[in-house]
Amino acid sequence: MMAWPESREVLYNGLWKQNPGIIQLLGLCPLLAISNTVVNALALGLATTLVMAIASGSIAVIRNLIPSALRIPVFVLIIAALVTVITLIIQAYAQPLYLVLGIFLPLITTNCIVLARVEAFASKQPTGLSILDGIAMGLGLTGVLIALGALRELFGKGTLFSGFDLALGEMASNWTLTVFPDYSGFLLAILPPGAFIGLGLLIALRNFLHARYS
Amino acid sequence: MTHRHSRVGGNTSTPSVTRVMAQVLTALLPGILTHVWLFGPGIVVSLVLCSVFGLAFEAAVLRLRRYPIKPFLSDGTTLVTAALLALTLPTLMPWWIYAVGMLFAIVVAKHLYGGLGQNTFNPAMLGFAVLIVSFPAQINAWPAPLALAANAPSLSDILAITFGGFGDMSHLSPDAYTEATPLDSLKAHLRAGHDAASLLGHNLIPTLAARDLVALAYLIGGVYLLAQRIITWHIPIAFLAGMGGIAGLLYLIDPTASAGPLFHLLIGGSLLGAFFIATDPVSAANTPLGKILYAGLAGILVVLIRSFGSFPDGIAFAVLIMNAAAPLIDAYTQPKVFGHSHRRRPGDTQ
Repeated sequence: MMAWPESREVLYNGLWKQNPGIIQLLGLCPLLAISNTVVNALALGLATTLVMAIASGSIAVIRNLIPSALRIPVFVLIIAALVTVITLIIQAYAQPLYLVLGIFLPLITTNCIVLARVEAFASKQPTGLSILDGIAMGLGLTGVLIALGALRELFGKGTLFSGFDLALGEMASNWTLTVFPDYSGFLLAILPPGAFIGLGLLIALRNFLHARYS
Repeated sequence: MTHRHSRVGGNTSTPSVTRVMAQVLTALLPGILTHVWLFGPGIVVSLVLCSVFGLAFEAAVLRLRRYPIKPFLSDGTTLVTAALLALTLPTLMPWWIYAVGMLFAIVVAKHLYGGLGQNTFNPAMLGFAVLIVSFPAQINAWPAPLALAANAPSLSDILAITFGGFGDMSHLSPDAYTEATPLDSLKAHLRAGHDAASLLGHNLIPTLAARDLVALAYLIGGVYLLAQRIITWHIPIAFLAGMGGIAGLLYLIDPTASAGPLFHLLIGGSLLGAFFIATDPVSAANTPLGKILYAGLAGILVVLIRSFGSFPDGIAFAVLIMNAAAPLIDAYTQPKVFGHSHRRRPGDTQ
């Protein structure tokens, strides 16, 4: 169904070359707002990935039926329906996580990376490749979210993986890794300015690697 | 003021930068000496720490950016930034607080924005803002004037506090030598439902006197800078007028709920801010009318943040907000060029 070179290209684009978080800089609002701990970052990233995969797939299936002038409202309707379903699932099965993520779950609807991939890729490409593109872009975003979340949690609170029990229940209650014991906390890293500074550092690191190895 | 204007980048080791920075440091001396006299030698320790960390970060970044280290390191700008940060922070804090402050001042505010002469925000104030947002508990321990401290720390105590934390200081509890600043006392007093005059009239007088003397010493330094033409009158006068105006207005509206203009002008970092911080030629507005607008609005913001905000002083936030607005103010206040009848529009290149 999918030729390997094309799939590899799609995966490479999503995960690194056109990474939504540090290259395209799309969907920055949830990226900056919710990346204060690893668990928040992971949960929002996976929810976004799921939405992107299903949205890209379903739109690719009907891409030849959508009138060009009406495509944006149709895309948004489909994405909004998917987000509603996922929000309800998280609310039902991970209520504490739902409370932590708050408004940013419904806001996946307006996340521009979802609409951007649907418009730029899924509305022009075959279904299988579109699903793969949604997954690759979503995982690329998740990776940046986790890196930023780990950075902010580490410097802000001195821990890693705290609060995983919000998502996974009792079994994860002792997963918290205290990296710096007796750490007095660095509030700036948890607050929004820390997100901007952290994202800037990640982009700088990526540019440095890019300049050095290409 | 922190950095001399140099939009060209490149070689900035001109004698003028070094000379101006030396004059600024000289102008800070009366304030520093008065501080030592009234509050003890703690300020010297924090000045040295900030300078050492500042120079180390500066050298490291210059090396990373492949700039010549010696001329940039010896131009004095880092020392001025370090001095302004040390003078706005409480003394007697752990060493790493000064290190974090200088890291953000030098590496983030100065070099990540392009280095000397390119910084959008005042480096010392950015360092201060980072610290007060991140470590509010530590930054609330302000030293009391020596005359009022129950148990004034000696120099060895100061070094032990700075490098060892408060752990082994059993004979010297922080309560014995720190106090709430008058701005904090006033805020707590008003929140408890009392009126301002009852506080200012009685128990605050000795600490107010000590702090006002330091402020007046900064005023002397500021007048020296004016006389040497390092700064022009626009920014300090507009800054103080903005503060005095809005404080007077608040006082007229409700004398029981505010402290009046004189209190605001003499307390906190008002005079230091007016003459040394708001006047930074790189991050401030540059046209004559722009300077007045910039500093006047900053002064108004200071009093508003002090009166209605949750932080002890508003100088840093007011200056940073106006730093962000300075390019816009400059664009709208370009002076008319002689012989041109049309007003310059913002966006026109010069």
